[in-house]
Amino acid sequence: MTPSFAGDGGRVTLGELYRGFFTAGARGFGGAMPWARRVLVEERRWLTPREFTDVFGLCNFLPGPNIVNVSVVVGARFGGPRGAVVAFLGLMTLPFLVVLALAALYTRYGHLAGIDAVLRGVGAAAGGLVFATGVKMAEGLPRTALAVGFLALAFVAIGLLRWPLVPVLFTLAPLSVLAAWLRRA
Amino acid sequence: MSPLVTIATRFMVLSLVAVGGVQSILPEVHRVVVDVHHWVTDAEFTQMFVIARAAPGPNMLLVTLIGWHVAGLPGAVVATAAVCLPSCTLSYFAARAWQRFRGAPWRRAVEVGLAPITVGLVLATGWLVMQGAPGGWVAYTITAVTTIVVLFTRINPIWLFAAAGALGLLGVV
Repeated sequence: MTPSFAGDGGRVTLGELYRGFFTAGARGFGGAMPWARRVLVEERRWLTPREFTDVFGLCNFLPGPNIVNVSVVVGARFGGPRGAVVAFLGLMTLPFLVVLALAALYTRYGHLAGIDAVLRGVGAAAGGLVFATGVKMAEGLPRTALAVGFLALAFVAIGLLRWPLVPVLFTLAPLSVLAAWLRRA
Repeated sequence: MSPLVTIATRFMVLSLVAVGGVQSILPEVHRVVVDVHHWVTDAEFTQMFVIARAAPGPNMLLVTLIGWHVAGLPGAVVATAAVCLPSCTLSYFAARAWQRFRGAPWRRAVEVGLAPITVGLVLATGWLVMQGAPGGWVAYTITAVTTIVVLFTRINPIWLFAAAGALGLLGVV
């Protein structure tokens, strides 16, 4: 069964929105983005792979944490203003409580026994998850020299050369969009 | 002025310039909370950064901790809301406008043009997270196994995270 993407209000209830984004936030060690894609695209099938890439791409250009913006945009799409608020609260509830609990433990004991060790392991897994998510997203791209070229430029500039994100984004994006516009059939 | 009001106004302004996420405004957050208002020391800022990274979810929880440090639970709520509300409101209206242009040829060009850059960014993020991982053959193996399992099986990666965390706790990583 494929959900309808006909427009606002779809077939996702507010409760489902809350639970979906709660799951993405709760699992999101080392970044919530791959978990959001997993929940939205693979587990709940609220968005197609291409829709997720489009929404995430748009959210990269808006200020604020991109995954928080994804929650607002996807929430609004299925539930209007209330959906946006509910999805945002779902994403934030558990991380908010966990970070305060960690800070309280740290204040009380002066260190986070074991947490650092656990994070060393989780950090190694998180890299693999983000990378694999990128590969899955790449599978949905058109196999054109332009797409491959701009993907490679973004990867090299940000990943290998470690140039700052904002100037790279605002240089590559207009060029890529212009190229897509000129090549449209 | 009440510290809550100061937190709210400072972070609401920062919210709207945080293009690229909260990491892009971290230097300014540091300047405001350490140098201008002396809410936290340099060392406390670093500790909060580390604690925020240890929690799941969006990597903006450093702001939550600063609010908590300054004014307790109300401070945490106000700081988190202040850094999210303006950018979320903007996203909401941007998405509505975007929806209105569904089917417009220029919108399709924007999406087609942005997609490869978006994916390149995700791959670069994965690469950077790998570089930040502890290193050593155990860590590299965990990264490789996670990548392969996520790509080629339907196993929920949360189990890999749990196993990797356990290996870390045992001091293997």
